[in-house]
Amino acid sequence: MDFNYTEEQLALQDTLRRFIAKDYGFEHRRALAKSADGFDRSAWKTFADFGILALPFPEDFGGISEHGGNAVDTMLVMEMLGRGLALEPYVSTVVLCGGLIRDAGSAAQKKALLPAIAGGELMLALAHFEPGARYELDHVATTATAAGSGWRLDGAKAVVLGGPSADKLIVSARAGKGLSLFLVDAKASGVTLRAYPTQDGARAADVKLAGVKVGADALLGTAGAALPVIERALDYANAALCAEAVGIMSALNEVTLEYLKTRKQFGVPIGKFQALQHRMADMVIATEQARSMATLAAVRVDSRDAAERSRSVAAAKAYVTQSARLVGQQAVQLHGGMGVVDELNVAHYFKRLTMIGLTFGDADYHLGKFSDALLVA
Amino acid sequence: MDLNFTAEEQLFREEVRGFLRAKLPVAISRKVLGGKRLEKGDFVRWQQLLNERGWGAVAWPEAFGGTGWNAVQQHIFDEECADAGAPLQLPFGLKMVAPVIMAFGNPAQQQRFLPRIIDGSDWWCQGYSEPGAGSDLASLTMRAVREGDHYVVNGQKTWNTLGQYADWIFCLVRTSTEGRPQTGISFLLIDMKTPGITVRPIIMLDGEHEINEVWFEDVRVPVENLIGEENKGWTYAKFLLGHERTGIAGVGRSKRELKKLKDIARKETANGRPLIEDQRFRDRIAQVELELMALEITNLRVISAEGEKKRAPGPEASILKIKGSEIQQMLTELQMQALGHYALPYLENALDAGWQGDAGMPDYADYAASLAGHYFNFRKTTIYGGSNEIQKNIISQMILGL
Ligand SMILES: Cc1cc2nc3c(=O)[nH]c(=O)nc-3n(C[C@H](O)[C@H](O)[C@H](O)COP(=O)(O)OP(=O)(O)OC[C@H]3O[C@@H](n4cnc5c(N)ncnc54)[C@H](O)[C@@H]3O)c2cc1C
Ligand SMILES: Cc1cc2nc3c(=O)[nH]c(=O)nc-3n(C[C@H](O)[C@H](O)[C@H](O)COP(=O)(O)OP(=O)(O)OC[C@H]3O[C@@H](n4cnc5c(N)ncnc54)[C@H](O)[C@@H]3O)c2cc1C
Repeated sequence: MDFNYTEEQLALQDTLRRFIAKDYGFEHRRALAKSADGFDRSAWKTFADFGILALPFPEDFGGISEHGGNAVDTMLVMEMLGRGLALEPYVSTVVLCGGLIRDAGSAAQKKALLPAIAGGELMLALAHFEPGARYELDHVATTATAAGSGWRLDGAKAVVLGGPSADKLIVSARAGKGLSLFLVDAKASGVTLRAYPTQDGARAADVKLAGVKVGADALLGTAGAALPVIERALDYANAALCAEAVGIMSALNEVTLEYLKTRKQFGVPIGKFQALQHRMADMVIATEQARSMATLAAVRVDSRDAAERSRSVAAAKAYVTQSARLVGQQAVQLHGGMGVVDELNVAHYFKRLTMIGLTFGDADYHLGKFSDALLVA
Repeated sequence: MDLNFTAEEQLFREEVRGFLRAKLPVAISRKVLGGKRLEKGDFVRWQQLLNERGWGAVAWPEAFGGTGWNAVQQHIFDEECADAGAPLQLPFGLKMVAPVIMAFGNPAQQQRFLPRIIDGSDWWCQGYSEPGAGSDLASLTMRAVREGDHYVVNGQKTWNTLGQYADWIFCLVRTSTEGRPQTGISFLLIDMKTPGITVRPIIMLDGEHEINEVWFEDVRVPVENLIGEENKGWTYAKFLLGHERTGIAGVGRSKRELKKLKDIARKETANGRPLIEDQRFRDRIAQVELELMALEITNLRVISAEGEKKRAPGPEASILKIKGSEIQQMLTELQMQALGHYALPYLENALDAGWQGDAGMPDYADYAASLAGHYFNFRKTTIYGGSNEIQKNIISQMILGL
């Protein structure tokens, strides 16, 4: 057991911290959220230079180590991206789609796609969840039917995160019994995107697939066997979101503490009021506990035992979401009227925390998953 | 970053387990696991057995007979002892007064007291709180007046845990009323057999005798029993309060009680099915398990950091105290709730070892009788050791600077 980060990890964290402080300030971020792309393409290039777009990939594909960096590296990155409220579709492109290609892709697919992701030239989005599916992973009505030597895809996908900027989509579809994954060009004929911003300033799209033709080489992994691969990728994504939330909570606690020390009412800083002191203490405790659970998720998500992996990530996501709700709501409350204005970062941290809690399973969903595992244990 | 135990740590765990299998008397572990009342002899016997193995005071410096184990080893030891049903090693001697004697006592005091703590010869109790001085401990008034080579002590202490068995009590006493209240306090070790001391039981809400009032009337205490300097007691007390937090979170014990909760939920039935299949109840178990998983890692993070920097535990200990006590309370509450109606009977003898239930109540599970009492008893955990409100004051003032 060891709670230390390596020198490399600390250096990476430091690099990102400085980047966020210097080049990704809150005003910059606010402008980005309102821009056409909704994120910073030059920051994406910088991420490529930092090596973080290749973090989960093996060395041969631009990654930093033989087997790919571990999820603890991703945790450190996500924590910093959380502090900066970074809008870039890192989870969609690198963690989810990069992870799927790494786990399921053929040698040729990996060679074609992973270095392009690593270099910042290729963006992807996972088109998996569907209207009416809520958070269930095997609820897929989109169909894949054999057509010539390839496939024909028909269906609808809901809230595809990072969809509008994606060059390619990874689409899940049912071909006969099980689920399969397909690489689909976002501009392919038959693909329609309805793009929109999300509550937290990012971008997503609803996607329609009407008679979309793809070749045999578009199949990612084995036909009919995609569910466990998708489950694993979403566990990675949720572990990453936990870390992002912890980064946000720490930052939010810092600004709230500063506010308690500077805002004066009744002739004293409001931090002198015990009702607020204890609330702040609760926020700090919740954040420390959430950090422990995000760490657990990062370590266990690399586990080979799928049940152990999913159980731990579900535990972490449920707990971190509960903590994030407390910290987010109370940070707003402690800021009084200033907590509900657009011009302060507080509300934006709060909104992102809230949306993390609704992405890829909410607290109830994950608590239920963890709870049901008690029947097996 | 690695949350897995190393091969060496696994081996160490096996060693501890082997010892527990061989040495922990079944008569004792059965009481602990069954929630029965422990006798003084049970605690003492276990301390002796640990001491014979060289594990009497695992956290002490090696020079005084400690083990030199790191934080993870201590955690494993705690966890295994709790899981096997070993009695808690009472903190008053080992974890409270001993570190003070080591840090501020003179060599004569160290030689006189420490060996008798580690081998279980002396039973210590803590004499801090007074009727008028609880959270505001510095307002304590029990007087000690110097007369030649003795202090003459008059006043009252209260809430003394298991003081009815004590050979010694360590007290904060007022030796001066000048200046700030904190500056007139001294740290005194008092032999409980000294004439003038009266111990009166306080019966707790579960009907048990666990705490006491201790009255002092012209009690003559030799000056050689003063720790450090006169009027510097507050400094030593604060040191003590911040010391030895390895066990404060109670993770090992709570893991055992969580297991027990799940066992009970598998045995009890609701609508003809095991209670654990009731989603509403199962989710509540899951929720407390999440809290405990988080606390276990937080605990390890805190104590590892302390181990490395070799610094005294800081205000982070307050986080462990708050979360640890809340989780203990949640567990006792759910265990009680799992019983349904059978939580209601109050059976006076049920905490006696060997109690098998009453003839007229064939369905009454053997684990059931103690659970409501434990729930009531465990309301204490958020009150003692610095109440949770006081802990939040410490966090906001010492960590956050508010
Ligand atoms: C949507 C909205 C609409 C509004 N509309 C109007 C309007 O139409 N007209 C108008 O005049 N005003 C309006 N207000 C202002 C509103 O009344 C103030 O926001 C409110 O009085 C709180 O003051 P504050 O925002 O300055 O927060 P602060 O007073 O600075 O409070 C900050 C935090 O400290 C806490 N706090 C402050 N003092 C104490 C204390 N003694 N003990 C414990 N905690 C304390 C507060 O509860 C809060 O959590 C509006 C506010 C909002 C958010
Ligand atoms: C079972 C048990 C065993 C104990 N064993 C021992 C022992 O062996 N030796 C010993 O010396 N003592 C012992 N104690 C005493 C324990 O340390 C005190 O009960 C504790 O310090 C609280 O003091 P009090 O009971 O006087 O409550 P009070 O201090 O009167 O507190 C009453 C309430 O007010 C709150 N409060 C007080 N001050 C503040 C503040 N500044 N801000 C916010 N809230 C506040 C408290 O949190 C509590 O909720 C024991 C207590 C119990 C219950």
